[in-house]
Amino acid sequence: MSGRDAARRQFLAWGAGALATLTIAPGVLLLRPVHGRAPEQAVTGKARWGLLIDTNRCAAGCDACVTACNRENGLSGATRETDAQWIRKVELRDPRTGRKASLPVMCQHCEHPPCVDVCPTGASFRRADGIVLVDKHICIGCRYCMMACPYKARSLVHEPLADQQPDVPRGKGTVESCTLCVHRVDRGERPACVEACAAAGRGAIVFGDLNDPASAIARRIAQYPSVQVRADLGLNPGVRYEGI
Amino acid sequence: MEIAYREIEGRSGAYWLLLAVLAAVTAAGLAGAWAMEHHGHIVTGMTNQIVWGMPHVVAVFLIVAASGALNVASVASVFGKDFYKPLAPLSGLLAIALLAGGLAVLMLDLGRADRLVVAMTRYNFTSIFALNVFLYTGFFAVVALYLWTMMERRMNRYAKPVGYAAFVWRLVLTTGTGSIFGFLVARQAYDSAMLAPMFIAMSFSYGLAVYLAVLIAAYAWSGRELDAAMLRRLKNLLIVMIAAVLYFVAVFHLTNLYFARQVAFERFVLADGGIYPALFWGGQMVLGSLVPMAMLAHPRLGAARGTVVAASLLVILGGLAQMYVTIIGGQAFPLELFPGVEATSSFFDGRIHPYAPSLPEFALGLAGIAIAGMIVVLAVKLLRFLPERLDARLGESS
Repeated sequence: MSGRDAARRQFLAWGAGALATLTIAPGVLLLRPVHGRAPEQAVTGKARWGLLIDTNRCAAGCDACVTACNRENGLSGATRETDAQWIRKVELRDPRTGRKASLPVMCQHCEHPPCVDVCPTGASFRRADGIVLVDKHICIGCRYCMMACPYKARSLVHEPLADQQPDVPRGKGTVESCTLCVHRVDRGERPACVEACAAAGRGAIVFGDLNDPASAIARRIAQYPSVQVRADLGLNPGVRYEGI
Repeated sequence: MEIAYREIEGRSGAYWLLLAVLAAVTAAGLAGAWAMEHHGHIVTGMTNQIVWGMPHVVAVFLIVAASGALNVASVASVFGKDFYKPLAPLSGLLAIALLAGGLAVLMLDLGRADRLVVAMTRYNFTSIFALNVFLYTGFFAVVALYLWTMMERRMNRYAKPVGYAAFVWRLVLTTGTGSIFGFLVARQAYDSAMLAPMFIAMSFSYGLAVYLAVLIAAYAWSGRELDAAMLRRLKNLLIVMIAAVLYFVAVFHLTNLYFARQVAFERFVLADGGIYPALFWGGQMVLGSLVPMAMLAHPRLGAARGTVVAASLLVILGGLAQMYVTIIGGQAFPLELFPGVEATSSFFDGRIHPYAPSLPEFALGLAGIAIAGMIVVLAVKLLRFLPERLDARLGESS
C-alpha cells in the first residue's frame, strides 16, 4: 500500500469520525438539559432556568396559568388573605395615559434572592440552576423571607392541608412559593403555567435556559427589549417581561 | 457606707396575687400559642400580607427595652457614675427578664415552633436573624456575668471591664434588632440605615421607662425608702432619652418626605392611613413623648413618684404604639412592584392591607410581658437585687 493510500484512508477515517460526532453530539451535548436529569445526578450551574413573559399576548381575564398552577401544585385556588397564591394575574393601568397591561407574577427566581439572604436556617435556597426553593424540612415559619421578597411571591400555609400532590410537598406553618415546577423541569418538561398558556392559544410565556445562547428564550431576550421587575434592586431575576 | 442588698420578703397576699395574675396571663398566652400551633396561623389576624402581627409588636418592644434597661448599670460601670451603682443589679435583672419575655413570644409565634432545635443548630450567616440568635444568647451570658461581678463581692473588681463588654454588646444587639427592618430593601417603610441608631435611641427611652416603673413599684410595695435626689436624676435622664428619640423620628420622616418616591408612604403613615397616623401622632408623639416630657419637666410635680410612674407608663404605651406603626403600618402599605403604575390582583396588589389582631395573638403578646414580670418578681424574692435603702449618699461613699 502506497503512502498516498494510507493518507487517504486516514483522511476518510477522520472524516467518518467527525461526521459521526456531528450527528450524535447534539443528542449527547445539546439536548441533554432539555431531557432533564436522572434523580441521582446533581444539579449543575450549566443551565439557568427562566421565563420570558410577553404581556402583549397575555389577556386580561385569562387565568389559565393560575388555574394550571393550582392544579399542578395542589393549591386550593381560594383567594382569601390567608390563602397561598404562587402565581397571580396583575392588571396594570398607567394613570397618566390609561394604558393597560395584564401579566402573571410569580417567584422571580432571582440570582441574588433577598429571601435566601435573610433566611435564618438556610431553608430558603437557590439551586445551582437558578431555581429558588424552600426546604420544607428546615423552614421554621418565621416569615422573614416574606418580609424581604420585593415581589410578594411567598405565602405561609395558614391551615392544615389535605390531598397534597405527591410531587409537591407542602406543610402547615411553612412558607412556600412558585418552584418553577421543579419536579417537571427535572423530568425535562415545561412548567404547568407555560403549558397551559400555550394550550390556551396564547403562548405568552416562554420557558428555557437563559445560559444557552441557542435557546428560544435567550435568543428572544438578545433580540427584543425586555425588562426585569424592580431591576433597580439589582437582583437579576430569572423572569423577564416584554411590553411593560 | 456599704450598700446592703436584701431579698424582698415576698410573703404578703399582694405578692402572691401579683404572681398569680402574671402566671394566669402567661397561661393564657401559652393557650393562644397552642391554638396557633394546632390550627395554624388562621386563628390569628395575620395574613400573607400582614405577615408579622401583634406578637412581633410586643416582642420587638420587649427586646428593644431589654437592652435599654441595662443602661442604668452601664452608666454606673462604664461612665463611672458611682451614684447609680446601687441601682445596677436591678438594671441587669430587667435586661434579662425583658429579653426572655420577648424571645419567648417570637419563638412561640413561629409557624413551626416545634422546630426550635432547627433554629438553634442551622445557621445562615448572611441572615441578621441568625446573627441575632447569637447576639441574644450572648447578651444573656454577658449580663449574667455582669450581675455576678456586681453581686459577688470578690468579683467586684471585674465589674468595670465586664460592664464595658455588656455595654458594647447591647449596642450591637440593638443595631441587629433595628437592622431586621433596616435591611429590608424591598419595603418603602424600612430599607434605611437610620433604623439601627433610631432603635438604639428608642431602647434608651423605653428601657429606662420600664426600669423606673419597676423600681418605684418594687420600693413602694416592699415599703423601702427611695431617695428623691436619685429619682430626680433618673427622671431627668428619661427626658433626655425621649428627646433623643424625637430627634431620630423627625430626621427619619423628614428624609423620607424629601424623596418623591417615599411621599406616598409618608402620607399613609402620617396623614391618611387611619389607625397608623392616629397611633403615630396620638400615641407615639403626644401621649408617648410630649406629655411625659412635660410631666417630668414640671418644676413641682416632676419628681413626685406618681408623676414619674405615670410618665414612664405613657412612654411604654407610646413605645408599643410606635412598634405597631413601624411593624404593622410598614406592612399595611402595599409593596410597589411597578412604580408609577396602578396595580390590582387577586393577591391584593396595590391595596392597603387590613389587619385585626385576634385573641390568641393578644394573649401571646401579653404573655411576653407577664413572663418578664414573673422573672423579676421571683428574682427579687430569691436573690439580693434591691438595696435595702436607696439613698443618694450610698453609691457615692461606697
